[in-house]
Amino acid sequence: MKNLVILGAGTAGTMMANHLHHELKQPDWQITIVDEREEHHYQPGYLFLPFDIYTPDDIIKTIEEFIPKDVTLLKRKIERIVPNENKIQLKDGAELNYDILIVATGAKIAPEETEGMKGEEWQKSVFDFYTFEGALALRNKLRDWEGGKLVVHITEMPIKCPVAPLEFAFLADSFFKHKHMRDKVEITYVTPLSGAFTKPKATEALEHLLHEKGIKIESDFAIEHVDNESKTIVDYGGREIQFDILVTVPTNKGDELMERSGMGDDLNYVPTHKSTLQSKNFANVFVIGDASNIPASKAGSVAHFEAEILTENILRYVKAEPLKEEFDGHANCFIETGGGKALLIDFNYTHEPVEGSFPFAGIGPLRLLKESRMNHMGKLAFRWIYWNVLLKGTHIPFVSATMSESGKHYN
Amino acid sequence: MEKTIAGKIITVNEEGYLTDFSQWDENVGTELASEANIDLTPRHWEVLKYLQKEQQNQVALSIRRVGKSGVVDIKEFYSLFPNAPLKTSTKIAGIPKPASCI
Ligand SMILES: Cc1cc2nc3c(=O)[nH]c(=O)nc-3n(C[C@H](O)[C@H](O)[C@H](O)COP(=O)(O)OP(=O)(O)OC[C@H]3O[C@@H](n4cnc5c(N)ncnc54)[C@H](O)[C@@H]3O)c2cc1C
Repeated sequence: MKNLVILGAGTAGTMMANHLHHELKQPDWQITIVDEREEHHYQPGYLFLPFDIYTPDDIIKTIEEFIPKDVTLLKRKIERIVPNENKIQLKDGAELNYDILIVATGAKIAPEETEGMKGEEWQKSVFDFYTFEGALALRNKLRDWEGGKLVVHITEMPIKCPVAPLEFAFLADSFFKHKHMRDKVEITYVTPLSGAFTKPKATEALEHLLHEKGIKIESDFAIEHVDNESKTIVDYGGREIQFDILVTVPTNKGDELMERSGMGDDLNYVPTHKSTLQSKNFANVFVIGDASNIPASKAGSVAHFEAEILTENILRYVKAEPLKEEFDGHANCFIETGGGKALLIDFNYTHEPVEGSFPFAGIGPLRLLKESRMNHMGKLAFRWIYWNVLLKGTHIPFVSATMSESGKHYN
Repeated sequence: MEKTIAGKIITVNEEGYLTDFSQWDENVGTELASEANIDLTPRHWEVLKYLQKEQQNQVALSIRRVGKSGVVDIKEFYSLFPNAPLKTSTKIAGIPKPASCI
């Protein structure tokens, strides 16, 4: 019997378990998935928690209910991968051998990378919304906040769901309007990029929206430290921005497990072939989702597209056939813009997000890069789709793993 | 689009980055630097050469990586190329603007 081991039972690992158990069956194959946690969190929901749009119950379920019965789930902490011996060491001393390994350990925030970020103001006036605890602390703060300077900030790229901080700024605008106190709140968006986003056409559209909503943008800001006493963030050039509430997206990193295993880059991401998802250093190791260093968005939708291609590649690897070099970096993200509207963007390694219709050329019903209520409904429906379709590895009809160029307006 | 600099015709993109590194030479670099109000010192050149080497080896450049390179720390990088050091220095070095992946 051969062993396939999946590290991480988050979005990507769970999808792979669901795809592969149909294909690699006992008694020939034993599939094992390892995660230290009990709960599966719908992370996109962290965006809505601070504004009391979702409750914790909406976004938490047990890991167990999404793992197929014939897959062994081990709830343990992974200590180390020993790739030269095809072996995993768990924290409790147990060891697992593998013939094929899938790394799906994700990415998480590392506020300790920035001096002063996790200082005495942490969760008092300095918050994150990329963790459940952070989002909840922020919710409690916003409930009776009387206004002042709200600074929404990105520490450095890459981060998962790169549009989430923009969405946070838009939703904050909407939230305070609704509370009839928008005039008491100054919102500033601070980014290390030279504009609202990395891709020119989307940047233009998003900056227009920021302007329309009276949100100030400070670009090219590379933070050096957070001054807890004066409540300012200071960049390497000496530029200072004051806050009453700082909502920051700290540096994102892969799990320290990669450092312990000598398998990560300087941010603990695993060097991965960007079109096959095979590890660059070990032929029987594959990497999916936020844990890899491929230049695609770190997003659940991307992991979903990757999962379809990775499943095929693993089956090819098992049969000793050449891998498909098919993953094109396809990403598809809704961007909440507040007031019950959202934008939709669709792009890949080579094509930036542009206007057009999705998923049907010329028909839609969703419109790309334009605000609409329909897109907002799409974003809200995504939670249901996540729990009921995406995690189970079911193909979403009409949306292909590789990007379609039809219906899009490239010049 | 084309642009004449240091007596040479070079092609640049909308943001002013060279699209063909073979058109770059030290005079072009010096001239591009003065457009950004920077007088290049030997320290600047060390950093520029390092960036070009990394680009050649297809290393994805980031402020963090430059800061950890042992060539220059982030503080000095900022003092050499004020405001947006990575953006400015790569333009002067004739290499593409680093795409912070999304
Ligand atoms: C605020 C926010 C908003 C977002 N919005 C969107 C959105 O609108 N659309 C979208 O597509 N994506 C969105 N995302 C991104 C999406 O949630 C992630 O890209 C996705 O979860 C990645 O899946 P993954 O499996 O790679 O990692 P994860 O889902 O994070 O799973 C990693 C798992 O590995 C486990 N693990 C790690 N290390 C160890 C270890 N040493 N031992 C044991 N277990 C370990 C963890 O416990 C975890 O369960 C958002 C993310 C955030 C934070």
